[in-house]
Amino acid sequence: MNRIALLIIASLLVSCGGGSGPRNTGVYMLIDTSGTYREEIDKAEQIIRYALTRLDATDSFAVARIDTGSFSEKDIVAKITFDDRPSTMNRQKRLFAEQVREFVNDSSSSPYTDITGGLLQAVEFLNEKKPAAKTVLIFSDLKEELEDGYIRDIEFDLDGFEVVALNVTKLRSDNVDPREYLARLEQWQTRVEKSGGHWRVINDLDGLEGLL
Amino acid sequence: MNFLLSITPWPVLSALLWIVLVVTALYFARPTAHRLILATGHALHRVFRIASLSVGKAESHLATRNREVLLAAGREAKERIVEREFDRINETVRKDLANYASLHRNLSESISRIEQDHQDAVDVPPDPPGWVKAVEAVANIESKDGRVGIGNVLSDIHKSLVKAHKEAMIAYREASATRHALLKKMRPEWRQIEQALAKVGKSVDSLLGRAVAIDRHMQEYEDIVKGEDRAVSILSSSSLVYFFVSALVLVVAIGGATINFSLIARPMAEMVGGTGLIGGFRTADIAALVIIMVEISMGLFLMESLRITRLFPVIGALPDKTRVRMIWITFTILFLLASVEAGLAYMREVLLHDELATSALLRGDAGATATNEYMWITTVAQMGMGFILPFALTFVAIPLETFVHSLRTVIGLIAIGALRALSLLLRLIGNGCRYFGVLVTQIYDLPLFIPLWWSARDGTASGSGSTKLREA
Repeated sequence: MNRIALLIIASLLVSCGGGSGPRNTGVYMLIDTSGTYREEIDKAEQIIRYALTRLDATDSFAVARIDTGSFSEKDIVAKITFDDRPSTMNRQKRLFAEQVREFVNDSSSSPYTDITGGLLQAVEFLNEKKPAAKTVLIFSDLKEELEDGYIRDIEFDLDGFEVVALNVTKLRSDNVDPREYLARLEQWQTRVEKSGGHWRVINDLDGLEGLL
Repeated sequence: MNFLLSITPWPVLSALLWIVLVVTALYFARPTAHRLILATGHALHRVFRIASLSVGKAESHLATRNREVLLAAGREAKERIVEREFDRINETVRKDLANYASLHRNLSESISRIEQDHQDAVDVPPDPPGWVKAVEAVANIESKDGRVGIGNVLSDIHKSLVKAHKEAMIAYREASATRHALLKKMRPEWRQIEQALAKVGKSVDSLLGRAVAIDRHMQEYEDIVKGEDRAVSILSSSSLVYFFVSALVLVVAIGGATINFSLIARPMAEMVGGTGLIGGFRTADIAALVIIMVEISMGLFLMESLRITRLFPVIGALPDKTRVRMIWITFTILFLLASVEAGLAYMREVLLHDELATSALLRGDAGATATNEYMWITTVAQMGMGFILPFALTFVAIPLETFVHSLRTVIGLIAIGALRALSLLLRLIGNGCRYFGVLVTQIYDLPLFIPLWWSARDGTASGSGSTKLREA
């Protein structure tokens, strides 16, 4: 009889705990601030605001810049894990939007573009947060330019990650030889997919509905 | 197949050979096969028949039980009605006829006063005029004495007469005024008596009406106690009506509870968090549901304590003092929960505004954050609904009780119908098996028509031969 009671209690606990796993989302957005791409930063702000409307309680969101050396916490512009109380969450969102606004106004252009370092930082941040879904948004033209001495030939573990390249603009040289642009995209796709991640490109910023 | 057709070099011949063999075998096995098929058919028929009888018996048991349940429920309901009628009579007697003694005394006093006034108002005959004696004196004067001075006497008499007349008129008017005053005084007394009598008459009429109703209920109660079919039929149809009506009201109540739920589920996230899950459901939703369930439970207890419903006999049997305490406790909890709900409804509106403002800010639509000056109307309406709905849900107890009681009867009726249908089906299958057996024997004989015809011909021949022999 006791065993039956124990079994019932255990099954109840299992059923209660069954659906209580994490269902939150972790989003890390990398913003390229190098060279002329700095001019596109207003679009990045739009995307961040859109992402903020889509994110819910207990979701994590971080925005970081891509500069000469991006594998650093110092490059994180704003980060937050939303509270599960709606009023606090709304306050956090407003504060986050304000921080991003300040960054957009004050950011300066960087001479180099360390996308790999930023991606490594994103992976580290999201793995630490342990969300159910991990998304890395890369707002860049995907043209990586490293300063001498920086080693970025590193393998990623992007298993369970979705990497979305946003607003991948064409460079002047791409216009001359479009193969460069296509090769750049293919190289990143191969790199991400080889690491176990899922790759996506969104260039039309009016169609962000499926982003998150 | 090829093997079967290859027993001779000619397939047609092989086939014919096989046919002859099979037909011969079937012909010789015919009596046994027929017996087997018919026996199987009969056996199945019996099995299904027994099953049908058994189901029929179960149906009859269930019908008896259902009848008993129905009668018991009807008896209980009638007892309640009669009890309430007696309570009302008791109330009428207590309220109107308990002070009958004082009423009687008032009436007696009124009548005494009227009698006294009436006595006082009697018309008093006027005193005989004072000059009569003078006239007698004049008349008694002898003629011999002469009647000198009569003129003076008569003149005095006339004066006295006029004076007396004046005095009499004054006295008469005064007496009449007094009488009228007395009669006027009697009018409110009459009115009072009339009102008292009307009141008594009304009470007596009410009692008579109640007595007629009690007579009718008692008659129905007797029919139920005797278990008459008419009573069962009435109770059964009433039960079905109650079932559907109460189900309809419960559906409406569920609608109310759903609205209530949507009012408090969102702000609940502010208290218990918006992401926690219990058994796959949001903790905030469960908390809101629990509040509504607690409200409904309190409503049930309140109705039980008020003796409006009788779902929990324990509560009904509590001493009056405890019951009244329970009424106050449940009402207080209900009131507090209703207040909490009103607060949560307000919070919902605040959160909604906050969320809209944040979304508008993130969209860069600053104009959308401007608040409408009439928004307070929806806020107040939501708070009102949050406060009223818990009390409205209290009354769910009444249709719930009716639903629970009528459900027993309805389930019984459905089960009886199902058992009856099953019994009929089993009977049909049994009979079908029997006739199917006969049909199978006929189908069995179909390929054997040649040997059967031959055998019949042979039998006829032998039959005619034996007839001839008998004739010989």
